[in-house]
Amino acid sequence: MKRDEPRLPTLQVRDLHKRFTLHLRGGRALPVLHGVSLDVDAGECVALVGPSGQGKSTLVKCLYGSYAANAGQMLLQLADAGVELTQATPQRWLALRRRDIAYVSQFLRAVPRVSALDVVAERLLEADPAPPGAELDDEMHARALDAAREQVRALFARLNLPASLWELPPATFSGGEQQRVNIARGFVQPARLLLLDEPTASLDAANRRVVVQLIDEAKSRGCAVVGIFHDEEVRDAVATRCVSLNAGAALAAPGPAQWPPA
Amino acid sequence: MTPLLRVESLGHRFPAARGDAWAVRDAKLDLYAGEVIAIVGESGSGKTTLLNCIAGRLQPTLGQVHYRNAAGTWVDVHRLAERERRALARTEWGFVEQQASDGLRMNVSAGANVGERLMGLGRRHYGELRGTACEWMRRVELDADRIDDSPRAFSGGMRQRLQIARNLVTRPRLVLMDEPTSGLDVSVQARLLDLIRLLVARLHLSALIVTHDLGVARLLAHRTLVMREGRVVEQGLTDRVLDDPQHPYTQLLVSSVVSP
Repeated sequence: MKRDEPRLPTLQVRDLHKRFTLHLRGGRALPVLHGVSLDVDAGECVALVGPSGQGKSTLVKCLYGSYAANAGQMLLQLADAGVELTQATPQRWLALRRRDIAYVSQFLRAVPRVSALDVVAERLLEADPAPPGAELDDEMHARALDAAREQVRALFARLNLPASLWELPPATFSGGEQQRVNIARGFVQPARLLLLDEPTASLDAANRRVVVQLIDEAKSRGCAVVGIFHDEEVRDAVATRCVSLNAGAALAAPGPAQWPPA
Repeated sequence: MTPLLRVESLGHRFPAARGDAWAVRDAKLDLYAGEVIAIVGESGSGKTTLLNCIAGRLQPTLGQVHYRNAAGTWVDVHRLAERERRALARTEWGFVEQQASDGLRMNVSAGANVGERLMGLGRRHYGELRGTACEWMRRVELDADRIDDSPRAFSGGMRQRLQIARNLVTRPRLVLMDEPTSGLDVSVQARLLDLIRLLVARLHLSALIVTHDLGVARLLAHRTLVMREGRVVEQGLTDRVLDDPQHPYTQLLVSSVVSP
């Protein structure tokens, strides 16, 4: 990159549209995002604000690829080039999710029988997959797994997750305990873009403070963060900017009758 | 990136079918190394027929199945001589049947079931074969002390794990699975799914899994294909197909289960 070239924001969203078509309801169309534009710089935390039903979670899910945007662009800058996410193949999405995009949802999707430790360690191992043909019991993997688990233990300790739970599958954990596993999974691998959908719901004050610290650390590493925080204290602590999906003519285009006017 | 498997415009019509009844129509699919694809749909949607055509067990009426072998050469699965296809099925491919008894040899011991593919590759040293069989029984969480037992003495879940060991012992590159967990108790299913998930990730396997269970697709598959009346009506990232289904039929499937 040339020196005089200005650095592009990590994420540039342009005129993004998302509409759901409910085929089981006579093909009713549910426009949720109509022309969202947003820039997020490295080291910045943009909080999406506004009443529910405005499409905050929908935008986050489009950015993670779980929802398919209908029109517009989402340009993510990587170390060497930009990727237009709306055009990314499934293989590309999976590769981006392994290393570049992390997501903390509201709830942990637990995998039966896998310990909390490994639910999170898995994310570290996925980022550096074993070469094809690697042996099943090879020492390299054992060492990588040990190192990953050690890193996870440190994070669990920071999140005050009782050590007695670490070896157990999270399915039986309380909501707050599961959410801390989920947070650990989202934060353990440094990403370029971090997506947070109410990460502190169901956490107590002490753990909310830990999450605030983790978000601050991600920002100072240069991560671009997009989050939904209903907890205003957390939002005020981490957000460098608040963006309302409800604000601006482009964002508040009048929808069909079933949508309350903005 | 080059795929490992390429299915081109595949169609199949059973000879006895009436009129325009195609079991599979115009199926296209690329599978990449390390990728797991689930094929979902209700009974009669053509998913097992598609799998059997891909496996080379059924000659498709139309279209081709190309596979890039370990030597890097593309082969047309349906133009291989029978002997070559068998060799491929025994070495680079695995097939996990819905009914373990169809995939196992029920009249020989568990250990012999695991060792058979190795023997097919020319391994003859008894102690070594037995050692490898023990190791694989442990990997699939079977008691290695039962190596001399007949699979008939095993429960459904144990048989299914034995079938997986039998397939994976030669470290195949591609594994095809037909409803590997249906017919098992829910608790046994979870254990088996977890095992498949672990082995697929650790062995960098590519897999095609036919299932009617969206939960299985969610847990195991990177990508999901939805079939209906012989056609692939939707395909994409598994979470996208399940969370933002586009086709009316996929929306119906997703809305019909409690928690996919």
